[in-house]
Amino acid sequence: MRSNTKQLPGFFDGLWQFFASVKLTVVVLLALALTSIIGTLIPQNQPLEEYYQAFGDFLFRVFAVLDLYNMYNAWWFQLLLALLILNIIVCSIDRLSSLSKIVFVRHPRFSLKRFRKAKPNHSFRAPGDADTLLETYQAVVKRHFRYQRVETVDGATCIYAEKGRWTRLGVYVVHFSIVLLIIGAMIGSLFGFEGFVNIPEGEGTDTIRMRNNPALGMRLPFEIHCDDFHMETWPNGAPKLFRSSLRLVQNGKTIYQKDIVMNDPIRFQGINVFQSSYGELPPDRRAQTGADNDRVPESFDLQLTSADSGMTYTKTARIGDAIDLPEGLGSFTVEEYVPDMQFGGQDLGPALRGRLNPATGEAREVTLPLRFPNFDKMRQGKVVIAVANTPNERFTPPSPTEKRYYTGLQVTRDPGVSVVYLAFIMMIAGCAITFFMSHRQIYVELGAAGQVRVAGIANKNPLGLERHIERLADHLAAATEDG
Amino acid sequence: MTSSQLLSIITFVYAAAGFAYLAGWIFKKDLPGKIGTGLAVAAVVGNLGGILLRWRESYALGIGHAPLSNLYESLVFFALTIGLLYLYLEYRYHNRTIGAFAMPLAFLAMAYASLTPIISDRIQPLVPVLKSNWLIAHVMACFIGYAAFAIAFGVSIMYFFRGSGGAQPDSLLQRLPSDKILDELTHQLVMFGFLWLTAGIITGAVWANSAWGRYWGWDPKETWSLITWLIYAALLHFRLMRGWRGKRIAMLSVVGFMAVLFTYFGVNLLPGLHSYGSFGG
Ligand code: HEM
Repeated sequence: MRSNTKQLPGFFDGLWQFFASVKLTVVVLLALALTSIIGTLIPQNQPLEEYYQAFGDFLFRVFAVLDLYNMYNAWWFQLLLALLILNIIVCSIDRLSSLSKIVFVRHPRFSLKRFRKAKPNHSFRAPGDADTLLETYQAVVKRHFRYQRVETVDGATCIYAEKGRWTRLGVYVVHFSIVLLIIGAMIGSLFGFEGFVNIPEGEGTDTIRMRNNPALGMRLPFEIHCDDFHMETWPNGAPKLFRSSLRLVQNGKTIYQKDIVMNDPIRFQGINVFQSSYGELPPDRRAQTGADNDRVPESFDLQLTSADSGMTYTKTARIGDAIDLPEGLGSFTVEEYVPDMQFGGQDLGPALRGRLNPATGEAREVTLPLRFPNFDKMRQGKVVIAVANTPNERFTPPSPTEKRYYTGLQVTRDPGVSVVYLAFIMMIAGCAITFFMSHRQIYVELGAAGQVRVAGIANKNPLGLERHIERLADHLAAATEDG
Repeated sequence: MTSSQLLSIITFVYAAAGFAYLAGWIFKKDLPGKIGTGLAVAAVVGNLGGILLRWRESYALGIGHAPLSNLYESLVFFALTIGLLYLYLEYRYHNRTIGAFAMPLAFLAMAYASLTPIISDRIQPLVPVLKSNWLIAHVMACFIGYAAFAIAFGVSIMYFFRGSGGAQPDSLLQRLPSDKILDELTHQLVMFGFLWLTAGIITGAVWANSAWGRYWGWDPKETWSLITWLIYAALLHFRLMRGWRGKRIAMLSVVGFMAVLFTYFGVNLLPGLHSYGSFGG
């Protein structure tokens, strides 16, 4: 029994040391870095069928057990984050108790022995009597350091001075900001939501769908009405501006109204409404009059640019056609026309989908959005395919009744944002303090026969301290010459 | 002269500056080194001029925006920050051998931007999501950080050079800064880069929050910038452990820079869509 009671504190001590160690920090930081890579190799939160098709039965199961399809929310990833937080807290408590003896004292301690051994030091002889020298030097030192005091030791008079004591706390500000960041993120995931909704022009709704689970609907405390959707394009067909005129309606009354564009959302009662995409309504949702100019073109002009030669070739193909690629690069089959292509949560508008059979390598699916002729460059393949008959004119329909758009809105609530932003500010400020400021102590020793010695110690940046001491010694020497 | 032409010429001025620094180092002469400094200053001035000219050209085209909106423009800005940061180091540490390692990096960034056909130097109009001052702050902060990491990478390579060759009095290595200074320099540069990378990730998060209503979405580009950040955070803590200075820190600084490069160039190969830098390609 006795040995047990003795061991227990030893055990907790060991545990405490384990969580206070910087070794653990390095291991956890690198583990987070390494495992984060997985989530960039396996696209996250896709429909499970796609994973099954891509990985086959066995790997699909293994990855599912490891939660790799939603890995940043997986228990083991969150455990790593929890370890980091515990590490930071224990380490900070461990060090703050000894640090507080340096930082939170009225009279800082100076060690004559350390100053005498300090590396950056300068000596010179100064004329005049000790008392006036002391007075002059105190005035000079005062200009550089906030705190100073004079002591007489071993027959020598010493001016001790220091500044930047508080900068030792900078690194704790950084570490605390990490804790705050994670608290803010947790508040967001517990009390916030991230949803989206597509609203046709002239209509409204109060129900949105959840981003991470589109099958799930959610009622808002108000209805969102889209009175008008407007878009402009640049001459090259790239979108220039989307704007939705929105109204928030509660109990039949309009309570808020605003035209939103990208980067300028509605923020109302803690709920944010963002312009995120747009699209054309499918024909059955469209007014019947004169909609025929919107039908799918019979054929498409494909521009094929060879990456090696830089040459561009144009070929015409219909849906279902297979064409030979120039320069013997293989073949390409146009498989289907998709009126509203979704890609990575973005609405790319009308697109062609096809299959590329390169001369070497595996066949793959290729997406060719009509509005983004540069899109296929992203693939960085041997050939870049663009649809040449980009229907620019479609964006300015001759009559608004012929075409109807819906606006794609992102609707979010995140009560943790202010905490996260506070953490951001603390992190930047803490890093700036930690990296570029230091706690410096100096002493000026007035010895026998006008022998003056200046030296300093600092908690970091030895090169900076050296220059500082050099400058100070110059100032002191100059001051006595004048006097 | 258009800005693209000017910047293509500047590419070679960076190369020439690199060669001059190299010659100064190998032949142990001061003159080539001084010429290198002159060329480096000229390159930086021309680089800045090219950026300003491009800014004006975009207004002349009626699509005016700060020239920081696509891969080409960010690479040109990257080269400028490498040049500026290097010149500051040369002034501060009075050593030109670093130039033989830093200037080639500025040259490579410019050459990749100007001379490869896959990167278009056309001035393109901004798609709506890119119309944000946070974006400008984001790109600038990131690239100042990347430039510091790039030079830290160069300095780490110098560290390996030194380590392998011993220090005979007449060897080339004699002119390199001492390994202690190289180690200190790596640390200083990593701290500087870390601060700016932190600022870059934060401004990016604020931008994402203003555009999409979320400050973090684990998209591959975001995640890779976090991976880079974690590696450099690990480096800063490695230094706190006894016996981990020098070679191992230099190694981590090389690994960190590889992560920077992957964040910038490799991520487009991964599945996903980061609207910045891919559409613009
Ligand atoms: C993402 C997490 C973290 C970040 C961003 C971070 C950041 C920093 C920074 C910027 C420094 C200053 C380094 C320098 O001056 O060169 C530092 C120092 C330090 N960190 Fe961390 N840190 C993190 C996690 C941790 C954890 C979990 C611990 C727990 C042991 C820890 C312990 C320390 C210690 C002991 C120092 C040295 C403080 C001193 O110089 O007195 N850090 N950290």
